[in-house]
Amino acid sequence: MIRVQNTSYAVSGTTILSDINLEITQGVVTALVGPNGAGKSTLLSLIARINKAQSGQITVDDLTIGDCDDRDLALRLSILTQDNTMGARLTVRDLVSFGRYPHHRGRATADDLATIETAIDRFDLTELADRYLDDLSGGQKQRAFIAMTFAQNTDYILLDEPLNNLDIAASRHLMPLLHDLCADQGKTIIVVLHDLNYAARYADQLVMMRDGQVVAQGTPKEVLTAQNVSDVFQTEADVRIIDGRPMVIV
Amino acid sequence: MNTSAQLIGLIGLCGLSIWSLFIGVIDMAPMDILRDREAFSLLAISRFPRTAAVLISGASLAIVGAIMQMMVRNRFVEPMTSGTGSGAALGILWVSIVLPAAPLLVKMMLASLTALICTIGFLAIVRRLPPSQPLYVPLVGIIYGGVIGAGVTYFAYQADLLQYLDIWTNGEFSGVLKGRYEIIWIAALTALLAYFAADQFAIVGLGRDRSVNLGLNYEQVMLLGLIAISVVTALIVTTPGMIPFVGLVVPNIVSRLFGDNLRQTLPTVALFGATLVLLSDITGRLVRFPFEVPVGTIMGIVGAFVFLWLLYGRRA
Repeated sequence: MIRVQNTSYAVSGTTILSDINLEITQGVVTALVGPNGAGKSTLLSLIARINKAQSGQITVDDLTIGDCDDRDLALRLSILTQDNTMGARLTVRDLVSFGRYPHHRGRATADDLATIETAIDRFDLTELADRYLDDLSGGQKQRAFIAMTFAQNTDYILLDEPLNNLDIAASRHLMPLLHDLCADQGKTIIVVLHDLNYAARYADQLVMMRDGQVVAQGTPKEVLTAQNVSDVFQTEADVRIIDGRPMVIV
Repeated sequence: MNTSAQLIGLIGLCGLSIWSLFIGVIDMAPMDILRDREAFSLLAISRFPRTAAVLISGASLAIVGAIMQMMVRNRFVEPMTSGTGSGAALGILWVSIVLPAAPLLVKMMLASLTALICTIGFLAIVRRLPPSQPLYVPLVGIIYGGVIGAGVTYFAYQADLLQYLDIWTNGEFSGVLKGRYEIIWIAALTALLAYFAADQFAIVGLGRDRSVNLGLNYEQVMLLGLIAISVVTALIVTTPGMIPFVGLVVPNIVSRLFGDNLRQTLPTVALFGATLVLLSDITGRLVRFPFEVPVGTIMGIVGAFVFLWLLYGRRA
């Protein structure tokens, strides 16, 4: 269980997150939604100990962020950040292989290699596996980074805007896959999404943020109301229910 | 790189090394070693130490260059031109003035420490540069190294040690003799130890956030890398002297050909580095025989051309 308690974060005097209290439902896909600058990415980076919260406490199961061993957490929780710049020249397979590093710390076993191949296959990267990342398109690169996170095979997966650069086919491939990972393997996934309709269609839980605070949490139907959309995003959009799920008419 | 190509490269390097043993003012043929005791002592005192020092310098400089490029996440940096080399020269000069009687090992450690501090200074400056401007990094490095180098010249002048300065700043192997070069084997050992952390350095090259995600102690790996870079640089500056561009050119060529998965590529980096410096040294010895052109000068010419190729020859 990921539990965020009384957590605040500020950068040189500017408050990014103020007094967040949040419990993430186990075993489902939770989408973080909210306008630009709401603090969604920052919240993920605090949970994944990439940035350090100034106050409050974040726990992942029995591990307290900041106190626990980084390696233990790397076996339990992984994060895909938004940055997909690369300094190094690596092939897709090299990159995906690094996802196994927390498990083998240098000496890959047959299991590790099998997991790497599964990840490559799962994200349609077989034909690109030996190509260098700097020769690939933005969407192909993004898929390679997602496959790396997938290869890390942790109980908790945090994805910061994974649909960046992905076309509709890749997006519609990824989102049900996340759902299946939760349903079949009991994983807990938090995903930052900009497109509210992807969130409404594929996420089990929504957390809506604005100005560094959580304003609503619940099922898509509970959270994604016309009232909330207009309050949080400052835009009047019609919300309709289609197949039992809300849909924002853009 | 596949193993058969690597094997061919290794055999080629062995051939060059043997050739290198028999180039020099005193004419010596391979068979003389067995017949002539003086030929054997020439080999043991001068020719072998020189060739070994060349190979170690080339291989270890190329390896720390590759590691530094990963750590800074920039293709255009290398220790000799980014303040580490000048820092080592500053250190050894300072030790020569303050503790002239200190044992060589202590001098080396202090020179490494000064090089380390100067490299940390470089990283601290570079961290503030905009990531969208990768060419600022080597430019700042050259200026930074130049400022430290100017300080070194000033202090050397004050202490009347300018003649030594040339030994440190202009790499050449003619002074390498048995009993005066053995410390450079520590550079070989350091580079070998760094190789065992190849995966960690490759992950550091993915950036801090991804390193942390993979459970790597980012700061610790960075510090280890800095120590390896500083020790190797300091040892080379004090033994043959500064050899520019090896740490820049070789990792770039290997990266272009075989990528940056350091665990796989570092042996190739070492092989290319050793071959390049050995070829430069042999060229320097032959070009106006029996006189010598310093290897640093040859490398400067080669490096300048490869640097231009890197800047303009790559696709946008």
